[in-house]
Amino acid sequence: MKTFLRFWYDFIVGDDWTIAAGVVIALAVTALLAHHGMESGWWLLPLAVAVGLSVSVLRATRRSD
Amino acid sequence: MRSTFLFLAAFLACSVEMVEALTIVLAVGVTRGWRSTLLGAGAASLALATIVAALGPALTAIPIDALRLVVGGLLLIFGLQWLRKAILRAGGFKALHDEAAIFEHERQAAAQAGTDVRAGMDWYSFTVAFKGVLLEGLEVAFIVLTFGSTQKNVALAALAAATAFVVILAVGLVVHAPLSRVPENTMKFAVGVMLTTFGIFWGAEGAGVKWPGNDASIIGVLAFVLLLSTGLVAVLRQRHARTAVLSS
Repeated sequence: MKTFLRFWYDFIVGDDWTIAAGVVIALAVTALLAHHGMESGWWLLPLAVAVGLSVSVLRATRRSD
Repeated sequence: MRSTFLFLAAFLACSVEMVEALTIVLAVGVTRGWRSTLLGAGAASLALATIVAALGPALTAIPIDALRLVVGGLLLIFGLQWLRKAILRAGGFKALHDEAAIFEHERQAAAQAGTDVRAGMDWYSFTVAFKGVLLEGLEVAFIVLTFGSTQKNVALAALAAATAFVVILAVGLVVHAPLSRVPENTMKFAVGVMLTTFGIFWGAEGAGVKWPGNDASIIGVLAFVLLLSTGLVAVLRQRHARTAVLSS
């Protein structure tokens, strides 16, 4: 069971769990904004991707320095 | 336009995974014989086809907004992981995938493994080939299902995967060696960019957001993701060069 869960964790979440967490939070905030009538909140997800990917990549390079 | 992207992304993703699976199958087949190896690879392909055939229609029955939100989120997480690895490899901070080295490693492991022949089958060859094809193929099945169901066109995504399967298999049969010249990282980079683009677009749409220009904004999102990724590669290359100078 542990191996099975580990496999799916590695498969979907991968090396950096903060990316997955960031995507879930960004989607939830976007949905919340849209629910409150702000349908023009399309910019939030690209912004979250830019910040999340940059932080994750730069942190990985610091670890391997 | 969406159909072209769908076909291209599924084709590229499947090609990359097929190259990796082919390396394992070739190493085991060349070292221990083809019968059990091909049976293992065939059984895994059948299992993957069953997964796609069973889950495809089930996914298309889910309401489109909920599907786009969940699938968009999953694609975005998945795409960002591919992109992250491809950026680190292109920037020199992660070793490039070396199919020739992997082939040699698998070949040595296959040569040293004991012989377990029951019912006329070499179970080592069967198991390694089955596991290799199934694990590499699961990513393809995931992409085919998510892309296909969100576009209500699982058949087109499956066709792209089948085309890649035939192309890579044909090249493998001709070359009869690991496909080490395939620009694997470039292909993974391209797939990562496409998955991330569709993940952003569908995820936001599923969350209830209206994109300016509707479908046409996919091009804008694609350009944004491409610019961000190439920019990060440039920063990493500079940093890598600086580290190399400092350490020499």
